[in-house]
Amino acid sequence: MALNQFLLLAAFLFAVGAYGVITRRHTVLVLASVELMLTAVNLNLVAFGAFNNDPVGQVFALFVLTIAAAEVGVGLAIVLLIYRNLRSSDPDDVDVLKG
Amino acid sequence: MVAQNIAFGILAAIMVVGALRVVSTNNIVHAALWLVTVLAGGAGQFLLLGQEFVAWVQVIVYIGAVIVLFLFAIMLTHAPMHPTGKLNNDMRLWSVVPAVLLAATLAWVLIAEWGNDKIHLLRPVRTAEVGTVVFRAYLVPFEVVGVLLLGALIGAVVLARKD
Repeated sequence: MALNQFLLLAAFLFAVGAYGVITRRHTVLVLASVELMLTAVNLNLVAFGAFNNDPVGQVFALFVLTIAAAEVGVGLAIVLLIYRNLRSSDPDDVDVLKG
Repeated sequence: MVAQNIAFGILAAIMVVGALRVVSTNNIVHAALWLVTVLAGGAGQFLLLGQEFVAWVQVIVYIGAVIVLFLFAIMLTHAPMHPTGKLNNDMRLWSVVPAVLLAATLAWVLIAEWGNDKIHLLRPVRTAEVGTVVFRAYLVPFEVVGVLLLGALIGAVVLARKD
């Protein structure tokens, strides 16, 4: 297996995730797109770990997974709070700081 | 080697289709379920690379817990908001440009730098080796991540509860 096939797949997933972050109109889906990008990063880490025959790649992927879980927990709590206060889940509606 | 490449191709096709559906479908629950296929494909790729512990952690944590959280958040916020409306904003065509540029730049760098490297799997990585690395070299980051997770848990409870 070439190393690059995994890296190119991860690059594609990362770009799709970035597209989703820009375009999605529901905050939960923005967070889902962020998860896509984090999966791409994990794929990179694990592929390099396998390339170097070193378990450290897996360890870093586990750290990324843990941080992603924490991020989703806090992020979804914030989404619920925004929905409760503004009755909207569109990130474009959260513009109370705009003059 | 050929069998591994065929398995990679099947999983990659599933992941590509799933990722595109995550960012394009107009049904929010379907988007969350397409995310499951992408994450499951990722776990399959990890298995293909012989890294089984992180593959099963991906299944348990992402597919088991994170997706359930997503579905709960959808049910708590979605119901009256966008019954039939589009889930992508007006920039959905123009946003393709930065995404394609990002993918092209990354692909260019990757092909230039790692164009000919091959992965030679000696054997699958045993979970015991991962545990040894975590608890010898990365003990302090491991504990810090544990405290961070506790902080995030308390923060989420404080944020989401009704006063």
